[in-house]
Amino acid sequence: MDSLWSVIWSTDFAFSILRVTTPILFAALGALISNRAGIINIGLEGIMLVAALTGVVTSAYTHSAWVGLLCAVLSGVMIAGILAFFTLQFKTHIILGGIAINMFASGGTVFFLYLLSGDKGASSSLQSKVLPNVDIPLLKDVPVLGPILSGHNVLTYASIAAVFAVYYMMKRTPLGLRIRSVGENPHAAQSVGVSVVRTQYTALLLSGLLAGLGGAYMSMGYLSLFTRDMTAGRGWIAIAAESMGRSTTVGTTLTSFLFGAANALANALTVLKIPSELIATFPYVATVIGLLVYAIGESRKRKKAAVKPNEG
Amino acid sequence: MSGALLEMRDVTKVYPNGVMANYKVRFSLREGEIHAIVGENGAGKSTLMKMMFGMEEPSEGEILLRGEKVKLASPQDAIDRGIGMVHQHFMLVPSFTVAENMVLGMEPKKGLGIHFAEAVRMTEEMSRKYNLAVDPKAKVENLTVGMKQKVEILKALLRGAKILILDEPTAVLTPQETEELFRELRLLKDQGHTIVFISHKLKEVKAICDRITIMRAGRSEDAFRTADVTEQEISRLMVGRDVVLKYDKEKREGGETILAVRGFSLAGSAGSRLLSDVGFTVRAGEIVGIAGVEGNGQTPLVEALTGSLAGTAVGGSVTVKGADILGADIRAIRKHGVSYIPEDRMRQGAAGEASIADNLISTQYASGKLGGGMFMNGGKIERLAASLIEAFDVRCSGPKQPIGMLSGGNMQKVVVARECSTEPDLLIAEQPTRGVDIGAAQFIHRKLIELRDRGCAILLVSADLNEILELSDKLLVLYEGRVTAYFEEPSAVGEEELGLYMLGINRQDPEQIGRAVHR
Amino acid sequence: MKAKYFEPFRTLAVILIALVIAFVIISLVSDRPLETILIFLWEPLATKGHIGNLIEMAIPLMFTGLSVSLLFRANLFNLGAEGIFYFSGVVAAAIAIHASLNGFLHPIAAIAAGSVVGALLSAIPGILKAKWNANELVTSLMFNNILFGVGLYILNYQLRDAKAFSSASYKFEPTALLSRIWPGTRVHTGLIIVLVMIVAAHVFLYKTKWGYELRMTGANRAFAGYSGIRTARVIILTHLIAGFIAGMGGSVEVLGMYTRFNWVSLPGYGLDGALVAMLAKNNPLSVIGAALFLSYIRNGADLMARLSDVPSEMISIVQAIIILLLSAEQFLKFWKNRMLLKEARKHG
Repeated sequence: MDSLWSVIWSTDFAFSILRVTTPILFAALGALISNRAGIINIGLEGIMLVAALTGVVTSAYTHSAWVGLLCAVLSGVMIAGILAFFTLQFKTHIILGGIAINMFASGGTVFFLYLLSGDKGASSSLQSKVLPNVDIPLLKDVPVLGPILSGHNVLTYASIAAVFAVYYMMKRTPLGLRIRSVGENPHAAQSVGVSVVRTQYTALLLSGLLAGLGGAYMSMGYLSLFTRDMTAGRGWIAIAAESMGRSTTVGTTLTSFLFGAANALANALTVLKIPSELIATFPYVATVIGLLVYAIGESRKRKKAAVKPNEG
Repeated sequence: MSGALLEMRDVTKVYPNGVMANYKVRFSLREGEIHAIVGENGAGKSTLMKMMFGMEEPSEGEILLRGEKVKLASPQDAIDRGIGMVHQHFMLVPSFTVAENMVLGMEPKKGLGIHFAEAVRMTEEMSRKYNLAVDPKAKVENLTVGMKQKVEILKALLRGAKILILDEPTAVLTPQETEELFRELRLLKDQGHTIVFISHKLKEVKAICDRITIMRAGRSEDAFRTADVTEQEISRLMVGRDVVLKYDKEKREGGETILAVRGFSLAGSAGSRLLSDVGFTVRAGEIVGIAGVEGNGQTPLVEALTGSLAGTAVGGSVTVKGADILGADIRAIRKHGVSYIPEDRMRQGAAGEASIADNLISTQYASGKLGGGMFMNGGKIERLAASLIEAFDVRCSGPKQPIGMLSGGNMQKVVVARECSTEPDLLIAEQPTRGVDIGAAQFIHRKLIELRDRGCAILLVSADLNEILELSDKLLVLYEGRVTAYFEEPSAVGEEELGLYMLGINRQDPEQIGRAVHR
Repeated sequence: MKAKYFEPFRTLAVILIALVIAFVIISLVSDRPLETILIFLWEPLATKGHIGNLIEMAIPLMFTGLSVSLLFRANLFNLGAEGIFYFSGVVAAAIAIHASLNGFLHPIAAIAAGSVVGALLSAIPGILKAKWNANELVTSLMFNNILFGVGLYILNYQLRDAKAFSSASYKFEPTALLSRIWPGTRVHTGLIIVLVMIVAAHVFLYKTKWGYELRMTGANRAFAGYSGIRTARVIILTHLIAGFIAGMGGSVEVLGMYTRFNWVSLPGYGLDGALVAMLAKNNPLSVIGAALFLSYIRNGADLMARLSDVPSEMISIVQAIIILLLSAEQFLKFWKNRMLLKEARKHG
């Protein structure tokens, strides 16, 4: 137990939590925006994967990590746009559309990887660029906090900034207000001239943008190359995090960190002899429990409203 | 008609399913007046209103605003031209504050964000100007119904509405809130606004409106000054039949009591009274009709009888053949030999993609008649379906056709066929011919009479005067959750007289009403 | 065109479009496009061995396709076949390794165990949905990962053969394996099992009372309840049956195609099952054709990858397009309360 404790209480561990949470946080924020607009984007996993590959490929060809980042984000927006088009124009069911995106990404990225690098497993033959880590002057010398907060990849700091940006957008901008209105009462939105379809389009594109950032981080920050299926379920964890976070920015951020911590904990917990396979299931178990608690609560609320006869 | 602010000239609206909701309707609105549109349900008022607000477009005819022809293709068009609407079901986002709801779609900006202080200020300014007190920072979900309506009105005014359309505004208000609303409307009128007041509550119309246009069966009468007409006269113009269908009905006295409702009172949410002391019986072999304008308690009553009790029963009993059915679910109620033709065939009465045969057997597939044990006998099902299709003259391409492809009338015939085919002891029929063409409607009526002749007890709830007057052996009127009249000889009651009861103008004394309950 | 021919025509059109796109991709990538396309289309059928491969891959697709079809038919959006398939495979493997039974009972016991476990596990999201209206999509997706984790744990800690090369279990007792039924190929008795299940599902769905309740609940839950059907029970029952079938699929696949359990990632048959169900329009008998088609194009892609210069993963792109186009009008099935009132063709 001692060694476990010492592992957890180290600044290295806290550092790794931030590192691991970054992609989950990005994707979860994306899920939040689209959910609040009333459409579930389950294609986040696939979007992240596509963005990861795009970042690697374009940064290799342009010799610039920043161009790679830009292209990665754009690819995320584009895929989300395809999903939006099929769903909102052709009336494809949003869930099936998400499944299609994931399917496309999982095989398609390997396909393009092979075409461009001759390798199906990893993009090592491509000289892709990596986004820089940042040592924050002054902060890095602060005891305890310094080693935890300084030295992260620039995208990790971006993810924290994204939390504030999303919070601000949803609560305090016209777009956020309209997104929330469309999700909560589309009739009300329509009655004042807010286009439900256009707002949902925008929400999906934004979710693609954020997932794109998450994917870029995977291949250009967390690791420095693309490997097949490298997102390894982070998109699903993000959806779970958003679900448990009750679609609020604060809640989603907290649960994302929770799941990130669980991930980081996985290695540490092997000290306790809990198998890593079981630890990996913790986020999902937590979500099911969270959903259940919520569903039971809602069901009780509904039962109270429809009162039993012959009372009073 | 020059000088009219808004004019609908010979407006006709035919819906894609063939129903003609408005026929050559003429409506003329003068600036600065409060103008009522009255009519029964189905008379066409809501269609007219939708066209005024751009939610529908006329098939024929024109709309003129200040003498100029206009095309209102969407609510935004109407809003841009100064027409605002307060819907019966509020269009508010519950988790937003009043101010947020007010500025949605036209948010004042400060940099990238919303200028909340400005939104609050705008709300307060409107609130003061029109004397409609609202708290800009309160969350809509915590407001009373009356307050929500004020927000809706302010919302429309904020967007520059000079013409305000109010759709059944007092349907959900308490008497005090109604008084408040009237004061506000008078103030609005003084400030130069024009109000269209859609309602069927004649007392209120007389109290607040300057002129009144009556709609009936899709047509309009010329507008009257409310001061010049009595409620009785309005009622007479509103409530009348154009086609009188007569059926050959044997006179019968009912047999044993099948359905007994005694002293039944039902309270809804927030203490509202949905039903008060309702009592009546339906005996075997008779059709008891419940007449009334919709919204006077029919729906809670039928819900209570069919397992969807919505509210708290605060007294009385509901029994079928002596067994208490209050609070039971529809599965248990059906086991007592009860069948139910629901008002909303699309939501409950049928499964659109399933075949006609599947829809026909849904209440008797488990009975054993169509196959014992686990299996269903395909042959028996087909034969039953074919015989029902023939008996009810359902125009279709066969029992396997998806029911969703049939016309409304034929679909309803399938629903009726199903509910009659189990030879029930009690049939509850709710608006059984709504949205059904006249041929199918007549057919359904004849089938109901046949069922009655075979000894079934039938409770008929309908807003269609033809139906209720022609079919009923006994007739009740529901008004504001109470039984206000009971007639033993419906054929002797004229529709004008019936109209007076339906609109609450007349009311029988308790002794007469009490005769509805047979021991 | 007569209305009832519209749907099959539409499916055919979608498939054709998808194939054309496949050809376009091949043309862009390959040095010898025409030859490659021919390989893609013809090679899966060219030899007995290849046809055998086609059939053996179709078997698990038929299982999961059937399972998902039943769920979709009841208007339940449960995608948990993936996790059940995997975990039941683990269960069957465990019995195949540790039990000693004769060659007839052993596979039956293993498959039965996998199927029952699959049913019980699947019932959990079903109960959560029926009782508390918990979204079955999210719960089933979560369970996929949970069951994978637990199953992998069991493989690595309980069943793992340290002497084997990679992560694999101990060898199965030979008595547990399913026998081959077509000499010269690897097609096993699982084919017979799945065909029997498909016919049974067809009979269940169209000729029994429970099947009728399932169909009506899926067509319009309000209508089913109003008619007296206990829809909560139907939902749970459907989950049980679908889980049973998916579990059987996993067990059969493990015992028919392997001598050790070595899946270290989710095999993907669950999501493919959704595609099969969509192609089959949720009809049990059509699942056969849909599964064979999917297996055909997958094998075509694999063979093409081996014999030419186009990677097999391009088939994922084709599959994605099929889903997007096919479900573009499938929304009718899932929007239960939006009844499409078509115009009366014959005025009654």
